[in-house]
Amino acid sequence: MQDEIYTIEETMPINPVESYLRMDRMPHIWCSGCGIGTTVNCFGRALETSGLDLDKVSIVSGIGCTGRVAGYLNLDSFHTTHGRPIPFATGLKLANPELKVVVYSGDGDLLAIGGNHFIHAARRNLDMTIICVNNFIYGMTGGQVAPTTPISATATTAPHGNFEQPFNLPYLAESCGAVYVARWTAYHVRHLTKAMKEALGKKGFSFIEVLAPCPTLYSRRNKLGDGLDQMMFYKENSEIKHGVDTKTVSLDFQGKIIVGKFVDRERPEYLELMNKHYQKKFGDKYTPYKG
Amino acid sequence: MTTTQEKKVSGSVVITVERCKGCGFCVEFCPTEALKLSEQYNAKGYHPPVLVSQELCNGCDMCGLLCPDFAIYGFRIKKDKIKE
Amino acid sequence: MKADPKGVLTGSHFLDGDHACSEGAIAAGCRFVAGYPITPSTEVVERIAERFPLVGGVFIQMEDEIASSIAIQGAVWGGKKAMTVTSGPGFSLMMEHIGLAAMTETPCVFINVQRAGPSTGLPTQPAQGDMMQARWGSHGDYGIIALCPNSPQESFDLTIKAFNLSEQYRVPVLLMLDECVGHMTERVVIPNADEIEAYPRRFYNGPKEDYLPFKPDADLVPPIIKAGDGYRIHVTGLTHNEKGYPVMSPAAQAKLIPRLVNKIRLNADKIIEYREDQVEGADVVVVSYGITSRVAIPAIEQARKEGIKVGHLRLIVVWPFPEKKIKELAGKIKSFVVPEINLGQMVLEVERNAYGKVPVKLVPHAGGTVHNPKDIYNAIISSLKGE
Repeated sequence: MQDEIYTIEETMPINPVESYLRMDRMPHIWCSGCGIGTTVNCFGRALETSGLDLDKVSIVSGIGCTGRVAGYLNLDSFHTTHGRPIPFATGLKLANPELKVVVYSGDGDLLAIGGNHFIHAARRNLDMTIICVNNFIYGMTGGQVAPTTPISATATTAPHGNFEQPFNLPYLAESCGAVYVARWTAYHVRHLTKAMKEALGKKGFSFIEVLAPCPTLYSRRNKLGDGLDQMMFYKENSEIKHGVDTKTVSLDFQGKIIVGKFVDRERPEYLELMNKHYQKKFGDKYTPYKG
Repeated sequence: MTTTQEKKVSGSVVITVERCKGCGFCVEFCPTEALKLSEQYNAKGYHPPVLVSQELCNGCDMCGLLCPDFAIYGFRIKKDKIKE
Repeated sequence: MKADPKGVLTGSHFLDGDHACSEGAIAAGCRFVAGYPITPSTEVVERIAERFPLVGGVFIQMEDEIASSIAIQGAVWGGKKAMTVTSGPGFSLMMEHIGLAAMTETPCVFINVQRAGPSTGLPTQPAQGDMMQARWGSHGDYGIIALCPNSPQESFDLTIKAFNLSEQYRVPVLLMLDECVGHMTERVVIPNADEIEAYPRRFYNGPKEDYLPFKPDADLVPPIIKAGDGYRIHVTGLTHNEKGYPVMSPAAQAKLIPRLVNKIRLNADKIIEYREDQVEGADVVVVSYGITSRVAIPAIEQARKEGIKVGHLRLIVVWPFPEKKIKELAGKIKSFVVPEINLGQMVLEVERNAYGKVPVKLVPHAGGTVHNPKDIYNAIISSLKGE
């Protein structure tokens, strides 16, 4: 606990997250007990401490509940098509490298329909931060099975229980080349805020998986209670293991959750490689690309 | 307000009652158990949080970080201010 | 505004239609290209990949056509002029993002070098089977512009025009080549940069606080900004208001969608371009586009030698369709002949606008090669007999 003390006048006027939100769009569409808003809170606070010029931060979302994040953040924001925020972000970043580009979307958007784009952006080490809110389900369309749904959990399109192996997202991200990989839950707000700040400051493809409750379509259907019950489950069953081998962090239905910062490494990002390569190839004839 | 003199920091919360969807995150995870759900309903039919007692709140803003609806935040109060 | 001289290869060249398209894009100021290899369009991106590093452009070969068709839109909002390049199967994959570009009014160019379909079809052989897909391929209502070159020179010229129209109307513009034009090598004259018009992006320059990203000017086109300029815009494929915020209501839909259609429909006279050859006073008018316009010439000449008054109307802009011109001709002539390398697409537009006043004769071709001019000649003769 910090010992700094503040006067009421200094802190009272506004919720600190409000300056990062489009308040004229509140209330948002998310259900009671949904964890997406919590992650947005953390993101707002991460922006606050990031030192970034917010006019130069762009946020790109796909489609789905988390896909709505872009529309609520008071940044240049792009709500694209289902599964395609990463290729949109690719064009945006390459066109104007001075932008900090953040892709904020859900597990179905980024890893099912958008899975191909995810692995290639990581391989290329494009300079962008990916925040994936994983609620294990398709929320907006009514609770269908996702590539993250744990084995034996039920969904409207897996009414007898899921038998498909889900993705281990941190392992996938690391193997494809991400330079920063972390997983937290919506309960770990301070860790998550710190991770978001670190990811924003990292050059290259950074990836944060955030487990978040979907009370309406995941936990209720699976008789896991409401959002609060899921948050308490995260609290009681999470184990922080920084730097652990991502092979070991796969998730089982209501099993132990390994959280932490798993990967933080250096690798030249796309434009850096491109400029170096062409400088070597063309010498003085080549003007390094800066947008 | 005499007890606050023994605390290093003191704080309070601001609650936007009508934005609350009653998820209870702030109440459950408040480190000093300073919040409870109100008996009252807001216009949407949810029970918003209220401070059990301001003396319990240290203004850590854990509630603000957790709140998915941006309906609450905590802040710190200067000690001598409280004494007044 | 004149073209940036950087990268403009002024002079006389021997180029195929695909390479001419690449040079047209560079001359038009395109500095971002995302593509995925597909015959017979690949030469366009190959030349771009070769040329871009030294003209300050970024080419990226994406993981598929879906990614390519949205990466270019990210690049446009990042401030670049951008295009993607494909052929039939890839064009089919891009449809959703043509709709996104139309909905978000993102100026960008799609190059489609048509091959015979459906599905994988005849990958190395020509067709004109994507003409209706170009107009209607994405779901919902929207306006679009499509151009059809018939030579490498036109491939160069119309690529520039495609960029200019996309900037002027903030729409996706489709350049519909075919395999023949793409792979045909001819003389291409590239003028000096100061002789090339490059329509500048319609950047907003009023007071920041008054800016509404989707509030149109008098011509129904809103001025644009780019990410990073401090406007904190929101761009969505959802139905939105002038501020760009989603509004899920029939009223918002009724305000936005007719404008997206009307900005092309009401400006059609300014956009449409065609060539007339002896159309005035003709009894038969052959309506053609792309490579078929060249195949039709010997047929038309043969008929003229025999004393038949044949006019040739060659469409350069195919969408929006020159409805007025067809309506006007339908009152004067005896028949239309429409050869196209498909089983009847643009002929439907001719029929619609002829409105039963005169016979419209299709000269179909399933694709794989061009027409035999004799088939077009026979159609001219038989159409006059009312067959």
